[in-house]
Amino acid sequence: MTERRRTHRSHLSYIDKSREYYSASGYEQPYGWATHDDAPFAALAKPLSECRVGLVTTSYFLPSDFVYEVPSDLPRVPDARPVDDVEGLDNQYLFWAKDETHTDDLGSFLPITQMQAMVDQGRIGSLSPRYYCLPTQYSHRLTERRDAPQIFQWMVEDEVDVAVMVPL
Amino acid sequence: MGLGARHLEANGIPTVVIGSARDIVEECGVPRFVFVDFPLGNPCGKPGDLAMQNRIATLALDVLEGAIAPRTTVQAPEVWADDDGWRDRFMHVGEDNRKELAAAGAERRRHQDDVRSRRAEQ
Repeated sequence: MTERRRTHRSHLSYIDKSREYYSASGYEQPYGWATHDDAPFAALAKPLSECRVGLVTTSYFLPSDFVYEVPSDLPRVPDARPVDDVEGLDNQYLFWAKDETHTDDLGSFLPITQMQAMVDQGRIGSLSPRYYCLPTQYSHRLTERRDAPQIFQWMVEDEVDVAVMVPL
Repeated sequence: MGLGARHLEANGIPTVVIGSARDIVEECGVPRFVFVDFPLGNPCGKPGDLAMQNRIATLALDVLEGAIAPRTTVQAPEVWADDDGWRDRFMHVGEDNRKELAAAGAERRRHQDDVRSRRAEQ
């Protein structure tokens, strides 16, 4: 086996990439990403095999009469849908590598099928009857003060114990 | 999504984030993070590869259950391709495309201004 070596860090920095890309596109003010020194931590209150899992995605639903002209047209509102209601779940306006891959397979970005299998295997107690759409916002405040509290409220209603969250 | 994880966790719901933008998630600071080193779009595994998708889901649950402190990152041992070219191609900026990027950006801003003025008149 050939010894592998690198001269540069392999992981991409999306903060750097996007800043340079938008700067080259003529946008003067770089986006300010959220940053924190600490992070909260809640221990599991019971075994995972007794926990109800809630799934969160950054994908979204658009109104049937939606017409896109500019980014601010996107509704960007939180949503909660039954896990069998995935028809029309959209992510074409999100930031992802559209030239490299696709999102035609739900299991590649929202693990509903995988978690249902985990329920069958007894690895988790149950899957929440709803999954939750947490929109990507430019405004940190909107996520912190409106969207995340709404998702939390829905999770309380659905008796969710733990969350698996997947940004695209 | 990082801010959402922080909010849920602060309110007592343990979370795990599965994602491919390592720096964005880690700068935000989340309790538990499974890093999948793929092009953005398929953090739960390659399209059509159910075995891989199950491995990543299992790892996420293991991390949810086993992390002992916040800001735990575990990298999934999955490889997107033998060829690493996707890393350079994504949002590429170089001497070969600077002019095109500047022109496309200017065109986008013109379009947005047009839409804004048209709507203001309506």
